Formats: sequence, structure tokens, C-alpha cells
Amino acid sequence: MLIYMLKRLLQMVPVFIGATLLVYFLVFSMSGDPIAALSGGKPMSPAVEAQLRAQYNLDQPFWIQYGIYLKNLLTLDMGVTFSGREVSDVIGQAFPVTARLAVLALGIEAVFGVAFGVIAGLRKGKFFDSTVLVFSLIVIAVPTFVLGYVLQFVFGMKLQWVRPTVGAGAGWGDLILPAVVLGLVSFAYVLRLTRTSISENISADYVRTASAKGLSRTRVIVVHVMRNSLIPVVTFLGADLGMLMGGAIVTEGVFNVPGIGRLLFDAIGKGETATTVAVVSILVLVFVIANLVVDMIYALLDPRIRYA
Amino acid sequence: MRMNRVLKGVAVTSALALALTACGGSGDGGGAAADGVVTAHNTEPENGLIPTSTSEVGGGRVVDLIYAGLYSYAQDGSLQEELAESVESEDNVTWTVKLKEGQTFSDGSPVTASSFVDAWNYGADSDNAQKASYFFNTIKGFKDSDEEGADELSGLTVVDETTFTVELMGPESDFPLRLGYSAYKPLPEVAFEDMAAFGEQPVTNGPYILAEDGWQHNVEMELVPNEDYEGPRAPKNNGITFTIYENYESGYQDLVSGHLDVMDQMPPNALDTYEDDLEGRASSRAYAGNANMVIPGYLKEFEGEPGKLRRQAISMAIDRQAIIDTVFKGTKEVAKEFTAPVLDGYSEDIPGSEVLEYDPKKAKELWDEADAISPWPEGKVLKYTSNVDGAGNREYIEAITNQLRNNLEIEAELDAISTFQEMRQIVSEDGLEGISRAGWQADYPSLYNFLGPLFGTGASSNDGRYSSEEFDAKLQEGLQADSVEEGAQFFNEAQEILFEDLPALPLWYQANQAGWSADVTNVEQGWDGVPLYYNIETVE
Repeated sequence: MLIYMLKRLLQMVPVFIGATLLVYFLVFSMSGDPIAALSGGKPMSPAVEAQLRAQYNLDQPFWIQYGIYLKNLLTLDMGVTFSGREVSDVIGQAFPVTARLAVLALGIEAVFGVAFGVIAGLRKGKFFDSTVLVFSLIVIAVPTFVLGYVLQFVFGMKLQWVRPTVGAGAGWGDLILPAVVLGLVSFAYVLRLTRTSISENISADYVRTASAKGLSRTRVIVVHVMRNSLIPVVTFLGADLGMLMGGAIVTEGVFNVPGIGRLLFDAIGKGETATTVAVVSILVLVFVIANLVVDMIYALLDPRIRYA
Repeated sequence: MRMNRVLKGVAVTSALALALTACGGSGDGGGAAADGVVTAHNTEPENGLIPTSTSEVGGGRVVDLIYAGLYSYAQDGSLQEELAESVESEDNVTWTVKLKEGQTFSDGSPVTASSFVDAWNYGADSDNAQKASYFFNTIKGFKDSDEEGADELSGLTVVDETTFTVELMGPESDFPLRLGYSAYKPLPEVAFEDMAAFGEQPVTNGPYILAEDGWQHNVEMELVPNEDYEGPRAPKNNGITFTIYENYESGYQDLVSGHLDVMDQMPPNALDTYEDDLEGRASSRAYAGNANMVIPGYLKEFEGEPGKLRRQAISMAIDRQAIIDTVFKGTKEVAKEFTAPVLDGYSEDIPGSEVLEYDPKKAKELWDEADAISPWPEGKVLKYTSNVDGAGNREYIEAITNQLRNNLEIEAELDAISTFQEMRQIVSEDGLEGISRAGWQADYPSLYNFLGPLFGTGASSNDGRYSSEEFDAKLQEGLQADSVEEGAQFFNEAQEILFEDLPALPLWYQANQAGWSADVTNVEQGWDGVPLYYNIETVE
């Protein structure tokens, strides 16, 4: 298991380099001159412009720029933003907020998705099942920002249960509504996945055997049916953590959450390579680690899957 | 039990997640207008709070509140003295600045002539890459400081503790008007030790100071009243907390639901409803900004006599009021000249301004007249280049091109550029193939600030590369005039020349819509559309 993990961690190195190279290249080839836009259309002295260009290595060819970036990264220097702040500081401030948001969303979708999915799967074709299916279809079909604005309007402005935006602090409680919006689409998928899986396994031979042995229904469902049915769900949830972090862009915009999504959106708009690449690299890392964790949970769920 | 393993897995994952997120911040509700503190909408400043590197409103409004310069602008744009005792000149070239005695920064260090001279020298030196360095370009020695690496402007001289002189490259009658702008604020000595760190937590002398660790990036900025401040902008509240929003929509939600006190601009989707939503707690005011369309001088079809006729035709084919009513819900004012109505010396009756009146029949005649001299190329589409990441750009330009198609019977269309930075690049490379969108917001309340930078020969924001000796000469006369009023006359005569040549077509004056919560009163917008935050009072 340990060797397997080490191998997997080593695999991350080429993935990381490849991802940063790709993103760096994409930002580099984005049209438009970031320095020209920096002064917002107001005059800027050509000497100052040249100075700024040199400061951010924008006067260098692509490979040199990327080389400098990698070299700095090895000394844990992620560069500075156009406003002169350390990218590591900026990310260090935004990352925990988005991580909280994503974990909360993941929690909501996992708990409710699995619970509803199990009930629906056990009562296939009944009223609860059909209602939940129709509801999940609607949730999948409606774009996130529409959901966001609607929930913000209903709970924030009309009912006034919560503040419409998150803003300062961004604690767990403040993030519940945005997390619901963020997790809602995945919730629908988790639900459908669980439901299908459960309804398939419920009629499997081993379940019949377990029942025949005289085990209680609860025990059959929890230990035998659910355990086998959750493998695809766990796979989905693992991959989804990365998606949630990156996908927070829309939700963070709607609820004014000072997180990674907002930072990334802003950095791309400004053509700020250092921040963009750093944020994307972190998202790649989260993705890779989440997948590793998923693989390890496999082994726990199904002893037949073992790693040498 | 096997189940335990599953549980263990879940526990490990959640522990990992918790470790990743550390412990979360606490959710402080931040009730509106609590303790006499006003909460206001802002965007994240693009730079540290250093006056000479701040050229956008997000940082500008904070810089204006925490620093005091020689002057500040009253609501109508007139100068009010802050630190200046007097700013005088015999010839409009060499200006003597005298400071009031006994002024200090918030750390107790005195504000002296050197506080100004050092700050300006720092700002002008291109080695420091200050974005507002351009504001010093009329001071003698700027070129050396900008290009040759000199550390000091030769035009600045410290005479004594509270006096310094400024020698300009040429006469400038409206020079004092500049001095309320944020780039001309003083800096304490401690700033020069580490400018980046200073920008995060500056030591200042304005009506407010930034609270200790008051700037949480992307979240909020907390300003508290400066007890040592003695100028005309004395705070009437117990502080201002700027909440930083990514967009105006989410700020508006907070405003309407009572979680935010003041917003200085309404989001486009609320223009129809904001007066009802806010139950009248809103105001609209024209500020020193305009929108116009630039017709570059380097386009063949717009050269010479037919070019002039075509410019006039385009101008008369646009129904400006209709576009303001439909696209902007009546929140702008039709332009009558090239500057803005809030300025001293503004005149609605500049000869030649008739060309701004909507007259589709006349427009078509003029266009045909041009075609008779030199025909418009067969099948050529008149492109109207604009970035479409700004609110309303796409809508209004599509409306204009539609009017041009109908009224002039030509092909015209929006040439949509996705971002502002791409647009600036095209403009700076003289790459426009047709009309381009332009707008200007004044830095200081002077007619010259619109005319010089936009239409002077070789000026930096002269997107259409307009050049006219006659126009330049008029501007010079205005700059040499004995007073601001006299200068304004010359500047308006310069505008007559613009109406003759039409290097750009004025469209409308910008107006700003401010809104506020029931917890505050006395919200007034200044000449630049920014609310006078120090005047806002909270309601018990």
C-alpha cells in the first residue's frame, strides 16, 4: 500500500509540470496586452510601461518566462500579482474559504444524495422515487447561476433568513446557502447514481443469501447492499471535490465569497499569469490527491481490490 | 467489524478536509450603521494605497479619504484648502506653494514641503513604475526622471520647511485645479523605507486613517476618523467600512436587504427598479465623465472634405436621447459639447454644436454629398469597435449601428472585442478599421483635462490621432490665460475647432446613481460622482 502511494505521488510530478506548462502557454497566448489595460485607459508613460513589463518578465519569450516561473517555484516563490502582493499570500487567504465551501458542498451532496438515493432505490417506482427523480432532473437542468440568484433572492431578500452575500469572515454558517447551490447539481447525480446502484444490487444473489441467513433487513441493507453500491458513488464524490473547487467561480461571484474562484476569474481577466497558473496548479493538486484518496477508500470498501 | 473500516475511511477523509480548511473564520454579521459606522460598497484596489500608483476608483476613493493634499474638491468641483496656505504664480509657469503650519501625519511626523517634493519625485521616477507618473509630465525635468533615470524633478525646489516651488515646462493657468487629485498627495518619510509595506498599512493625514490591519484583501477596508485632521472634510460619522464586492449585483442585494449602507453606482439590471426598491433613497447626478465615438484620422474614407461630411452625417444620424431612454433607462444626459456640464466654464452654446442634433434627413443628404465627391467603397461595412466586457457597451453600439443602417443606408456593425485589454492594444497600435468606442473621466475639474489628453497633438489618450495646429494653439492660449475663467473661454473656442473637424462625436454625459439604506442620511455625490463619504450621517 505504501509503495503504491509513493508511486502515485511520483506520478504527480509530470502531471503537475504538464498542467502548469499548458496553462502558462494558454495565458501567454491570450490576446491583448495586460500592461496596456493596467492603467484603465488613462495615459501611462512609456518608460513606466517598459519598467512594468520588465518587472513581470513580460518582455521575455515564452520559454524563458516559463523557466523563470519554474525556477522560482522550486524556491517556493510563486511570484507577485500586478498589485504587488505575493501570490502565495493571496492564495493562502482565498484557498481556505473555497476549501470550506467545497467541503461543505461535498458534505451536503454526500449525506443528502446518498440518503435520498438509498430510499429511492429501495422504493423503486413508488411515489417518493418518482418525485425525487423529477426533482433531480430539474436541478440538473437549471444552470447554477440561476439557482444561485433565485435562492439568494428568496432566502436573502424576501425571507431575510440569511444575508444575501457572504463577505467578511466567510465562516461555516455563512457558507451554507452558497454550498447548497454549489452542491445541488452534484447532489442530483449522487442521488441518481446511488438509486440505480442500490436498485441493481438489492436483487443480487449475495443479498438473497444474507436475508436467507436470517440477518435483519437493516443489517442487510447497510452492510451488504450499501457497501457494494457505494463504490461508484465514492468515485464520483472524489472526482467531484476537484470539480467543486474549480466550479466555485460562478457561486462565489453570485454570493461575493472571497475565494479561489473569484481570484481565478479576476486573474484571467487581467492576464495575470502568475496567479492564474498558481491557482490552476493547486486545483490540479487537489484533483490528484482526491483521486488518490478515492482509490484508497476502494480498498476499504471492497477487499477484492488490493494494492501491492 | 468490517463496517468500522468504512467509518475509518470516512473519518480520515473528513479529518483531512478539516485540516485543509483549518479552522474557519467567525461569521460576524456586521450590522449596518452600527455604532455610527457607515458601510459602503467598493471594489478591491488594484494597488497598495500609494497615491501615485492609484489610477482607478477602487483605490482612489480610499486614497482620497485617508490622505489630505494641498486642496480637495468641494461638491461642485471648486477647490477647498486642505494643507495649502496659498498657491500662487506670476507667469503661470513657476508656482510657489505655501503650506499651513503645524500639520502632522497620523504617526506624529510633520507634513513639510519635503513631504510633497519627495512624494512627487518618487511618483515621477519611472524606476518606481508608478501608474500615475504621467501627472507630473508638465513639471520641468519630467523627461529626465522618466527616461534618463534621474531621481528628482529639476522643477521642484524646497524653499523652507513650509514652502516649495514648482516650475512647469510651460504656462498652465489651471495648475491649481490639478492639485486636489490623488496623485499630488504628500507622503511621510517612513513611506520611502519600504513602499510596498507602506501601501498595505499607510501612515496618512486625511480625514480618516486606515485602521490597524484594516485592509482584508478582497473582503473589506476599515477606515476610522483621524483625530488630528483639521481640514474642511471633517467626518460626520464614526468611520467607514468599505465592503469589497466582485460585482455591483451582489452589493445591490445587500443594499436592498439592509446589510450595506451606501452604494455609488447601481448595477445595470437594477436601473429600472432601483428608485422603487430603495423607496426613494437614491440620487442620480451627472459627473465629469462622457462617452464619445472616435473616428480615427488615419482612415481613408474619413479624410478631407468627404470625410468631414461623413462625420457630420454620422453624428446627425444618431438619436442620442432614444438610446439613453431605451438602453440606459434615462440615466445619462445627451452631450452638447466635448467636456462635461459639472465643470466651471461649461457652455451649451458652442458654435457648431448643432451637428449633435438628430436630423436623419439632413444626415442622409450629407452622406450622399460625400459620396458624390468620393464614393464610399462598394459593400464596405462601417465597423464600430468596442470591448463588450463593460456594462451596456454591446447594447448601445448595436442600437447606434442600427440607426446608421436605417438613416444612412449603409452597412454598419459592432466589431466586438472581448476584453478591455485587447481593445486598448488595437487602439495603441493604430489598428482601428472604423469607429471606436471611447469615454473619459476627468481627473480634476477642468475643461482642459478633457481637451488636452484626448485631442492634443501626440497626446497619450488621443485614440484617433487627431492633430490640429490651430486647436493646439488655442489650448496653449487657454493655459497661458490669467485666470481659470479666462482660460475656459479659450478652451471653448478650441471646442469650436473640434466641432469643425469632428475627430470624435460626443454622445452623452455620464451620470451616477447612488443609493443608500434607511440607516444613513446626507448622502451626496461630488463632482466626480463619488459620494462625499465624510458627510454621511447615521440614523439612530
